[in-house]
Amino acid sequence: MTMKASENYFDIDDILASNERIPCRVELPIYRLGYLDSSHESEHLLPGTKIEFPYWLGRAVCSRRRHIVRVDLPKQYREGYREILSADATVVDLHKLGPYYYSFGTKLLHFEHVASADIAKSMVKTFQTRFRKIMDSSQNAYNEDTSKLTEKLDEAERSLFRSGQFGLHDFQRWETRKTEKLTTSNMVRNHQKRKRNVMDSNVD
Amino acid sequence: MLAEKALELVRELERSIDGSLPPYNEDRVRQVLEEMRVLYEQNQKDVSATVAGESGLFSGVQVRHAALERNKRCLLAYLYNRIEQIKKMRWEFGSVLPTEVKYNLCEQEMQWFGRYNKLLANYMMSIGGSGGLDLTQDMKPPKTLYVEVRCLANHGEFETQDGNVIVLKKNSQHFLLRSECEHLIRQGILEHIVH
Repeated sequence: MTMKASENYFDIDDILASNERIPCRVELPIYRLGYLDSSHESEHLLPGTKIEFPYWLGRAVCSRRRHIVRVDLPKQYREGYREILSADATVVDLHKLGPYYYSFGTKLLHFEHVASADIAKSMVKTFQTRFRKIMDSSQNAYNEDTSKLTEKLDEAERSLFRSGQFGLHDFQRWETRKTEKLTTSNMVRNHQKRKRNVMDSNVD
Repeated sequence: MLAEKALELVRELERSIDGSLPPYNEDRVRQVLEEMRVLYEQNQKDVSATVAGESGLFSGVQVRHAALERNKRCLLAYLYNRIEQIKKMRWEFGSVLPTEVKYNLCEQEMQWFGRYNKLLANYMMSIGGSGGLDLTQDMKPPKTLYVEVRCLANHGEFETQDGNVIVLKKNSQHFLLRSECEHLIRQGILEHIVH
């Protein structure tokens, strides 16, 4: 689940979310690491260079104590995009803006940017507006292709959608009295499927 | 960019989240460790230069240190999430893994699986009175003592608790003790028939 409040060191989603890029401007010279900036040939990163760092690196070199780089807001969190989201959040393709829109946004708040409070508010509002639609669609899509429904959702919303679907399926199984049936475990079934595929392709 | 290779490892896991375990990527792990070694050596060099009186190297050290930490996190996450998956396999496949799955584990992971197996077995022997208690059984609350099952594959002879030997032949149906055949159902050899 990506919705956990605290960061988990081993969490795959958290690792991927902390790899999102942030535009930075170098303030202090960083010697012998010029290769990080592929657009320049110089050996060092000199003050004034604009470069995109992943969040984890930006976090390490820009804090209250250290000002090696200055961090800017990624464009999907700037005012223009926040206005779009406040107009109608339900039609925005958050996966394109994200795919970890919420969790990356939450991480950005660490930088104590002037717009931090606004970003936080905007994310809560966005989530509230979209939540209803997500719950609704996850509870009413039974046995159909859900890729159309989830393509515009951010990863956290997707896991919410999956939970909803899971609940729906379990409820249906209970209603049709299928829960008492002993079944093959999932891993075994997937394994058998794969094995069958391999065998089929060998025959061809 | 720094720590890119380590991230690839994590992405590899993300793609295979459906329950299959990709082969242990020994090559890439080695490449990541090599990247870390280079970063570490450069940092050592810069630190001793700073001690000798040179200034301004601090920021580079910070960047490399962050990259080292990041690589470490990715590597540990890779190993940890694989172990979690292997642990789950013990409960789904049983104490013996299919050979195709085994091929994808590295040697240390095989050792870990063996030790986990042993620990679990010892624990299950130590609880529930003299005979022990099989925790992998009755994952769902049982409703009847006997269940009707149909064979999905030829499994050969099977000796029941009361001494009878029955032949589990494909498409044959049997009425067996639930506790005896639950494992076979979970392994996909028998199918539970509910009316």
